[in-house]
Amino acid sequence: MTSTPPPSLDVTGLAFAYPDGHQALFGVDLTVGRGERVALLGPNGAGKTTLVLHLNGILGGGVGTVRVAGLPVDKRNVAEIRRKVGIVFQDPDDQLFMPTVREDVAFGPAAAGLRGAELDERVRTALDRVGMAGFADRPPHHLSFGQRRRVAVATVLAMEPEILVLDEPSSNLDPASRRELADILRSLDVTVLMVTHDLPYALELCPRSVVLSEGVIAADGPTRDLLCDEELMRAHRLELPFGFDPRTVPAI
Amino acid sequence: MGAGHAHRLYRSGNSPVHRLPPHCKLAAVFAFVVVVVSTPREAVWAFGGYAVLLAGVAATARIPAGFVLRRLLIEIPFVAFAVLMPFVAEGERTEVLGLSLSVSGLWGAWNVLAKGTLGVAASVLLAGTTELRELLLGLQRLRLPAQLVQIASFMIRYGDVITDEMRRMSIARRSRGFEARGVRHWGVLAKTAGALFIRSYERGERVHLAMVSRGYTGTMPVIDDVTASRAQWAHAAALPAAALAVCLIGRTL
Ligand SMILES: Nc1ncnc2c1ncn2[C@@H]1O[C@H](COP(=O)(O)OP(=O)(O)O)[C@@H](O)[C@H]1O
Ligand SMILES: [Mg+2]
Repeated sequence: MTSTPPPSLDVTGLAFAYPDGHQALFGVDLTVGRGERVALLGPNGAGKTTLVLHLNGILGGGVGTVRVAGLPVDKRNVAEIRRKVGIVFQDPDDQLFMPTVREDVAFGPAAAGLRGAELDERVRTALDRVGMAGFADRPPHHLSFGQRRRVAVATVLAMEPEILVLDEPSSNLDPASRRELADILRSLDVTVLMVTHDLPYALELCPRSVVLSEGVIAADGPTRDLLCDEELMRAHRLELPFGFDPRTVPAI
Repeated sequence: MGAGHAHRLYRSGNSPVHRLPPHCKLAAVFAFVVVVVSTPREAVWAFGGYAVLLAGVAATARIPAGFVLRRLLIEIPFVAFAVLMPFVAEGERTEVLGLSLSVSGLWGAWNVLAKGTLGVAASVLLAGTTELRELLLGLQRLRLPAQLVQIASFMIRYGDVITDEMRRMSIARRSRGFEARGVRHWGVLAKTAGALFIRSYERGERVHLAMVSRGYTGTMPVIDDVTASRAQWAHAAALPAAALAVCLIGRTL
């Protein structure tokens, strides 16, 4: 047991109802091993965002447990959990709230107590990893959408998280920005959980996928196998784009 | 500092005044204004002295007189008020060009004009040599309530985002054949404002979520700590110190 590290993410029996009584999760079980890249697929309203907000303790109080690298998510260690779980939200304008790119990337590590040269170094490394080092002193709203999304990824990488969680990372990106982001995500040696409707993107980036539907994990397996299962896809309102055949795409 | 938020009052440069830490400049301007305001209005030549001091600062900052004068125009409402005072004030009256004017009104007008102009000119010089972002860091450093500084920096960050949203809504309105003309259409504009408020509010909630996710617990982490050396404080203190000297000489004469 001591030789193998605990999985980056371990969710067991997670159920949750919103205060208005609407039950969004009905017992979710999901384990993501260290270094894995997993796509979380599911139709609108499946509970994907609700699940994501449980991973760093924004939502809680339901049944079941969430562990990040062995550490249970609860009130006592919420600060450490938020350093370990890096969430990239869907709209980069929500994520980038500081006046300059540099300050935004520095926000997380500075909140964790980093200062001075160490902080500068973190910021530089994170921006380098997403190819945005030349934009440190620009205000976020002067960047293109694709650049903003990359900076949003850097803000989270700067915290050196155990697991990177991306909510719809390919939405609103043009084909070139989409590919650039894919290259960046593929180059990272960090555990990734990617929430998406973009099935070709899941196939391109994630060897494994899980389908969340009506608050439970309905399928879990190699991405190509899931996408080729037409009945499964139809049952969960997941549609491949016109003309896209997962059988003919070369393996990752 | 970021090249981004150059506001309209800012004039980029690399003079000794530009390089002073923002909180030193803020403190210096504040002290200068206090000295000016507490100078008795009868010490007419002291105000001339203050103007010379400001001209000296402008020269050091390499800010042309035209730049300062044009930005003094925001003072015009006060000028109008000052011009009225000699006509409406009570008390002893004097004849100027055949007009009967109140003496205390004249002094009052002079008081408002001289002190107002000097205060605005000092602020214009401060804004002209300090970026908005730096000003906020300076205010933070001077222990202004953190909440106020945060609100101001969010206004800078999201001002453009919200203006953009407003523009998109206006385009959507006009694409459906709506032009705001007259009172009949105010209802539609009010609804747009309401929608804008709700969108901004929801954005605020999402931004807060993103902040909390990165470890925000109610106070902004210190990222850029602006520090000032003793020499920088001394340089910044030159303006209010000289003004104080002028003021004391003015009182004793
Ligand atoms: N704040 C909330 N209060 C009540 N119900 C909510 C709230 N947020 C989401 N829901 C409901 O929970 C379900 C799951 O939502 P969500 O997790 O956002 O789905 P997804 O991200 O997969 O589209 C939906 O039916 C949604 O309407
Ligand atoms: Mg969602």
